[in-house]
Amino acid sequence: MEKKDLGFRLATGAFALVLILIVCAIGYELTAQSMQSIRQFGFEFWRTEIWDPVSGEFGALPFIWGTLYSSVLALAIATPIALGIAVFISELCPATLRQPLVFLTELLAAIPSIVYGLWGIFVLVPAVRALETAMPDALRQLPIFAGPPLGLGMLSAALVLAIMVIPFTSSVAREVLKSVPAAQREGAYALGATRFEAIRAALFYARTGIIGAVMLGFGRALGETMAVTMVIGNNPQVTTSLFAPQYTMAAVIANEFTEAADDLYLSALVEIGLVLFIITLIVNSLSRLLIWSMARSSVAVQTAEPAAAPIPGTA
Amino acid sequence: MTHTAFRKLLSSAFVVFCAASVLIALVPLAFILFFVVTQGMRAVNLDFFTHMPRPVGEAGGGMANSIVGTLIVTGLASLMAVPIGIVSGIYMSEYAGTRFASAARFAADTLNGVPSIVIGVFAYGVMVLPFKQFSAMAGGFALGVMMIPIIARTTEELLLLVPGSMREGALALGATRARAVFSVVLPAALPGIVTGVVLALARIAGETAPLLFTSFNNRFFTTKLNQPISTLTVQVFTYATGPYDDWHRQAWAGALVLVTIVLVCSLLARFATRRLERMHARS
Repeated sequence: MEKKDLGFRLATGAFALVLILIVCAIGYELTAQSMQSIRQFGFEFWRTEIWDPVSGEFGALPFIWGTLYSSVLALAIATPIALGIAVFISELCPATLRQPLVFLTELLAAIPSIVYGLWGIFVLVPAVRALETAMPDALRQLPIFAGPPLGLGMLSAALVLAIMVIPFTSSVAREVLKSVPAAQREGAYALGATRFEAIRAALFYARTGIIGAVMLGFGRALGETMAVTMVIGNNPQVTTSLFAPQYTMAAVIANEFTEAADDLYLSALVEIGLVLFIITLIVNSLSRLLIWSMARSSVAVQTAEPAAAPIPGTA
Repeated sequence: MTHTAFRKLLSSAFVVFCAASVLIALVPLAFILFFVVTQGMRAVNLDFFTHMPRPVGEAGGGMANSIVGTLIVTGLASLMAVPIGIVSGIYMSEYAGTRFASAARFAADTLNGVPSIVIGVFAYGVMVLPFKQFSAMAGGFALGVMMIPIIARTTEELLLLVPGSMREGALALGATRARAVFSVVLPAALPGIVTGVVLALARIAGETAPLLFTSFNNRFFTTKLNQPISTLTVQVFTYATGPYDDWHRQAWAGALVLVTIVLVCSLLARFATRRLERMHARS
């Protein structure tokens, strides 16, 4: 019988091995395909601002700039809203509303990226253009509002990304808040805290996990392709202007991969993909580490204390 | 204002902020669904499902080839991902404490976070470059790679929910581990796993980026697996970024079909999970 179980273990283990092999194969394949570009340009690739495939000049700085800028803007918009949703659903709202609200916010995550892009092109971009045109001239002098009001550009991309990131961050933050021991809030209420102060204490207790949730959203934003490609304007330039059309790493691969006529061009695009892979790998691993360490520490606390029922409607 | 009054005011403001956040997130959702439904309903008709695209610039026609293409590509993806996903999920739950299971779990989560466009580049290198040919197979491979970790993690979580006493009961009766898993544990978790597969399919069917340079696009009807093939998502992308009004109209229709698929699958899954939860509560 032992022997048979060993066979079962090896056979199922082989399938689990496939998962590990795929990750390794992605890393290997991307590195192998981008070797030509890595040899030719070295680190200069990431410091050069000019992307001109026709004359064979490849610099990826505008893409890394566009990716980071759009993701950071999206996070700045999405994080407070996502945390607000998580707090509302897990701490404030009546129990009957909880399930429907969870379903609706998760629906936001289920809508395909291409549908966001389509909506972005035909609804959001014209709205943003109107907003940009209505902006007073005094403000238009500022560098972050420089350039013609096209609609297509960084602002539209950041808004679409923010909407797409909210459900991810809020659902992880909700789980994290759920793992905060009731005693934390009870302690705060017992000391005379208002509702805000008690929730702030819970959020502070859960800070590691909350940071993990935000980073998870960051990882999503970095890799998002279709919706961003359709609204960011696809113009490789490094500028802080919110109105200017820019470009991201994922978008340039999506747009130019099938047009890449020579090997060096293709290799340069694959190198961008390789770096995107490495960045998201690091961000996601860090985020999981944070969420996981939070879950573990609070499990330890919960088992050490007797479970208590939450106190309704204090303060 | 006294300090206490200020604290109370701050607390109320915070509650209002949280409620407002929910509204802020639901407004875009309502907007997107509203536009997809109204614009899509105007464009969708029987022709959309049964006709081929007309030549460029001519109005009318449909996306019959893209619908079939999406079915073929997602079908190929499931053929690849369902067995690998479920069996590796079994390993991760049966040998949950082992270091190898942790490594596999880490790999699954990593794979889940890899941007879909990067999966596309990978599939291009493995499935397109060696054959010098875009193909439905390459598209299916790319989507399959995305589907594996989702199914593996769902299977693992659902198997861990099955009471340990069931597994132990089977083992105590002299069953081998394999027998216990396939005859007792897996059937108990099966409805949940099927739900998970349906949800994974819904997510995969909406993917565009991994298909752009694997299954590519095709103006003609084909079921050949070694040929480029049209899919709903790539076709919506082509139409949405194209110059013609009729293309835009069809893009909305395609979006409506995609959103309907997602919505129906999510509702079905929610219904199924509820029933499962009730069953668990009773036992």
